Order: sequence, then C-alpha cells, then structure tokens
Amino acid sequence: MQYIPNIIFAILLLFGVGFFVKNIRKIIRNIKLGKDIDRTDNKSERWKNMANIALGQSKMVKRPVSGLLHIIVYLGFIIINIEVLEIIIDGLFGTHRVFAPLGSLYNFLIGSFEILAFLVLISVTIFWIRRMIIKIPRFWNKEMKGFPKNDALYILYFEMVLMSLFLFMNAADINLQNLDAAHYTKAGAFPISQFIAPLLSGLSEASLILLERSAWWIHITGIFIFLNYLYYSKHLHILLAFPNTFYANLEAKGKFKNNKTVTKEVKLMLDPDADPYAIPEEDPDAVVEKFGASDVTDLSWVQLMNAYTCTECGRCTSVCPANLTGKELSPRNIMMKTRDRLEEVGKNIDKNKEFKDDNKQLLNDYITPEELWACTTCNACVEECPINIDPLSIIMDLRQFLVMEQSAAPQELNMMMTNIENNGAPWQYNQMDRLNWKDEE
Amino acid sequence: MNVPTMAEMLAQGKKPEILFWVGAAGSYDDRAKKITRAFVKILHEAKVDFAVLGVEESSTGDVAKRAGNEMLFQMQALMNIEVLNGYEVKTIVTADPHSYNTFKNEYPELGGKYTVFHHTQYLKKLIDENRLTINNSKLKDKLVTYHDPCYLGRANGEYESPRTLIKKLGVKYAEMKRHKASALCCGAGGAQMFKDAEKGNKEINILRTEDALETKPEIIATGCPYCNTMLTDGIKAKEKEGQIKVLDIAELIANANGLV
Repeated sequence: MQYIPNIIFAILLLFGVGFFVKNIRKIIRNIKLGKDIDRTDNKSERWKNMANIALGQSKMVKRPVSGLLHIIVYLGFIIINIEVLEIIIDGLFGTHRVFAPLGSLYNFLIGSFEILAFLVLISVTIFWIRRMIIKIPRFWNKEMKGFPKNDALYILYFEMVLMSLFLFMNAADINLQNLDAAHYTKAGAFPISQFIAPLLSGLSEASLILLERSAWWIHITGIFIFLNYLYYSKHLHILLAFPNTFYANLEAKGKFKNNKTVTKEVKLMLDPDADPYAIPEEDPDAVVEKFGASDVTDLSWVQLMNAYTCTECGRCTSVCPANLTGKELSPRNIMMKTRDRLEEVGKNIDKNKEFKDDNKQLLNDYITPEELWACTTCNACVEECPINIDPLSIIMDLRQFLVMEQSAAPQELNMMMTNIENNGAPWQYNQMDRLNWKDEE
Repeated sequence: MNVPTMAEMLAQGKKPEILFWVGAAGSYDDRAKKITRAFVKILHEAKVDFAVLGVEESSTGDVAKRAGNEMLFQMQALMNIEVLNGYEVKTIVTADPHSYNTFKNEYPELGGKYTVFHHTQYLKKLIDENRLTINNSKLKDKLVTYHDPCYLGRANGEYESPRTLIKKLGVKYAEMKRHKASALCCGAGGAQMFKDAEKGNKEINILRTEDALETKPEIIATGCPYCNTMLTDGIKAKEKEGQIKVLDIAELIANANGLV
C-alpha cells in the first residue's frame, strides 16, 4: 500500500511526458510539411544568434519594461526547474527533499527559488495589469479576441497558481519542520514563505501534512498540465525560440530570395541560341513548379516553424506602418493565420492519413489580398521580432502567387509593370529621354 | 552639364572609375532629377572619373520583384547584367536605395557581381580620401533632421554614412523619435509608390511627416528619391512648404559647397 503514491506519480509522469512527446512529434511533422530550405551554413554565427537572442534575450530588452519583466519570468522558469527535478525524484522514490544533503548549497538553492518565485509572481501580475488594466494597444488589436486573448491570460494564471502553490507548500513544510514531523527533513531556507508560515501555525500536524501534500500534488500536476498546454498555445515559444533564432535568416534584410525556376526560364528566353519552337524535354517525374505560395505547404519549413514560434506579443504589429495607419494588415496576424491553417492541414492528415483536399488555402481563406497589398516591405516587423520571425517573407511569397499564377495585381501595379516591360521605367516615358536631365538646368 | 556615357567612354577606349546608376526616378521624375544633377556636380567637384549608361539604363526590376513579379524582375536583372558586364563595370554608385539594395543583394546570384555604394557611402568615402570637403559655414546652425530610407537602413544596416555627412555641414541636428532600426517607413516601399494605399485611417507619409515635424526642423534630409516625394507631399499636406524643405543629402552638400 505504501507504494501507491509512487505508482500514481509514475503514471502521471509517464502520461504527462508521453502526451507532450506525442504532440511535439506532431508539430515536427507539420513543420516538415514545408519546403526544404538550406539553413545549415555559417554555424558559428547561428549559435551566436541563438545564444544572444534566445538565451540572452538581447532583442527583448529593446523595450526595457517588458524586457526586464520577461527576463525575470524566464530566469524563474529555467532555474525553478531544478526544483522540479527534485520533485520528480521525490515523487518516484517517496523521498522528501532528496537534495537536502547538499546542505548550505541546498538552502541557497531553495532560498533562490523562493525569491525568484516571488519575483515571477510580481512580474506576471504586472503583465496582467499591462494587458487588462492599462490595456496596451498591441494586446487589443482585433486579432486578439477569443482564444488568443484567453490563451495569454491562461498562461499568466497558470504561472500565478504554480508559483503560489510552491510558496504555500514550503510554508506548510516550515511548520512541519518546526513540529519535528516524521519524514519532514529539516532543510531549506525560506526567505518568502516564512511570512506565509505563521498563517498556518495553529494547524495540527495532520492538517499541515494534508495541506503540504495537496500543494505538492497540485503543483506537479499543474506543471504536467502546463507542459501539455504548450502544444495548443502561443506559449510554445519557450521551446521553439531556440531553433527559431538558430535557423533564422542571416542575410541582409533587404535581400529577397530569387526564384530559381524563374532564372532558368528567363535564361532560356534570353538565350539567342535557344530554339523557340523546340519541344521541351519531357521529364516524367517533373512536378510543375508553382510560383510563390498559396498554401502552407508552399512555404518553407522555417516559415512554418516561425508560425509555431510566434507568441503573439504584437511588437511587429505595433511598428507596422500599414497597421499604424489603420490598414487591414497585421504582421502578427499573418503568423497566427499561418499557424491556424497549418494546424488545420495537420488535423486533416491525422484524420485521413494523408492530406485530403478541403477546398481551402492560406491565401483568401485565411489571408486576404487586401492585407498583402498593404505591405511596404519596410522590414520593421522583421527587425522588431524578439526571436527573429519573418512575416515579410510570407507576405512576399503570397504576393508572388497572386501576381504570377493569378495575374491578380492591383490595376495600377499592372500598368507600372507594363511600363517597365515597354520602356524600362515604372512610368510611361520614352526610353530615349532617359538622359534628358543633364541638359535641363 | 558634362555627363559621359559608358558607350562614349568605350569608344575612347576608357573605363571610368565608377558607374553612376541614375535609376528611373533620378532620370524622369522632375524632383529627383534635381538630386541627380546635384550629385553629378559633386562628382565633378571631386574630379571623379564616372559615366552613366544613359539610354542603355533600364529599370533594375526591384519594384517589379516587390510587387510579386519575379519573372519581370529577373528579365530586367539579366538584361542589365549583360549590359553592365559588357562594359566590365566594377563599381556602381546610386542615389536610389532600392537600386542599391537589389544590386548589392539580389544581382550577385544572377551573375552581376559589383562593388555597390549608396551615394551617401560614396560621398563619405570621397571625404575620407580627401577628395572632397564639405563647407560647414553656409548651412551653419540650420535645424536638420534625417529620415532613414528602409532599404538603406534596416535592409542594409547603413545608418552612419548619411549622419556623418549631415554633421559635417555644421548644422544643428535632431533625431526623430523613431530612427535608425526603428525608423518608420515613408510609405512608398514595396511598390506602394505606384498604387493607392489600401483602406485605412491615415496615409503613412503623413504619419512620418508628423514624426519629422516633432523635431521642429527647417530641413528634412533624406537619401532616397521616393522618400523625398512622400515627405514633400506630407509637408505640403501640412501646409509647411514655406518653412520646411525636404532635401537629399547630395543637394545639401551641393548647396553648402555653392554648386547650385
């Protein structure tokens, strides 16, 4: 009988981690639906970017208030995880504070966790106030309704509850240690929970044990639930920020990729030796290459990973010139819609074993041409993203599809392009007048 | 104005030090042509051996690419590369950040490999090499702010050359709140120059003009003919064209040195 809690814990751990791994594999499968793109060059710079931007949060602190608060929560999250390791060992083997023999180091660790937990609690509360009381505009754009809004709040509530449980558990533990309760090793420093402990001091040993055990179990169960919530949430960034910064574009932001298929065709067109009436060699395996992108599977895996990584902070949208002037475009929403469509395609595959046409696409069904044509390609969104997501590349791929596959550019742009074809300038001027400026003064 | 073409140079068996790529705006747009002439005057003053392509120049295709027409872009690019490589061009200088960007970043893969300078970078180089000096008395104490063109700044990380040149003019310089990496676009990029804006509640160039007006400038400097148009329109909309001028850095220098 005495092993029942250990067995329950082992099952909990197995399911918690098992479901998480299953879902992570699903995410990896979905990301791999994207087209291949080589991002394996220049490894040292990639590691450096990951270290600076993801680990070191260098772009977060460009906005100092949210940046600093975020670093506290992030450090808290990482460091308090050492405590989770102890919790798991205790849970599996029925020990209590198994790391206690570390002595003064243990006291230092537990003391630090408490201080961090307290700081996280404060930071998360300020985050909530910024969102719900101060109502910072980027949290209230129109894409932030329904689940995206609640998702952000659930995460904050989760963190508040987990941190409170941790402190509450320690407060009960202090009392039990003072009562010399069996099993409750005298260990740990409690700079924060010592102030909660007096509230529980009148309780009997049995009630204290019940409280301590309840807090312990709810805390660890909460952690497993949170772990599995990640898959459904924008909070995935805590994992994906690392590969995302590693595989991010290293080239100048102004460099848009050249479509290789087009290069082949244009070279053929301009080749004076090419026979214009030649029948192209039939390659039975050739897939007709689509220009640009109309659905998520036309995007690269990096763009799809970007979509899963986006934590919807809205810094991109808050600097987008189109969005600032009331246009439909929001770079954040481009990422959110890409993820929504990718999820839909993934579920379709889960259900039908392979993708079954659902008469939907990313273009039009999710992202409208009106949004795409509002973009000035200014790169402000790309610059601003704290973890190097690139909404602009998706906008450009969709635009390319609109123009090259559907000839669906706005009329004025069609005129501009006709002028370039006819007279080598976006305006209708005579090519022969190109040097007139030199004699016009 | 003496502006040799590459064809004339070739006929004389000469190869100029640089090719000045004028660009469509610089060639045809009345406002931008003034920038072109100002820059040529500075090149003459610094005794730079340069030439233009003249009627052999054609759109870089940059705007077609940003509008989504990759086919037209690559047609233009490959044709231009054929001309440029035919003349064995090594160094290109342009006053248009969009041309600068596409030459520097997108042409190399297609076979067009050149050393490319934005004109502000080239002017700074001329100063560093003691081939050009800037008179710092004529515009002394004028209140100047600078608008970063997206395709020079964020796209290519060039924030300092333009500022270095402006500061050499002896002016009183003020930075806009949004500047360098966080500068706001003028609204012309991504082919917006050639179409009406989508439905919204404001024009982007007005918003950017308001950023500039906050610094209470007498001159708004920029380094892009399209930004120039957008901000000039913004200033007109604010009915400030009497007090505030929008000028390219080349114009400021030509002005300070008494070339215009």
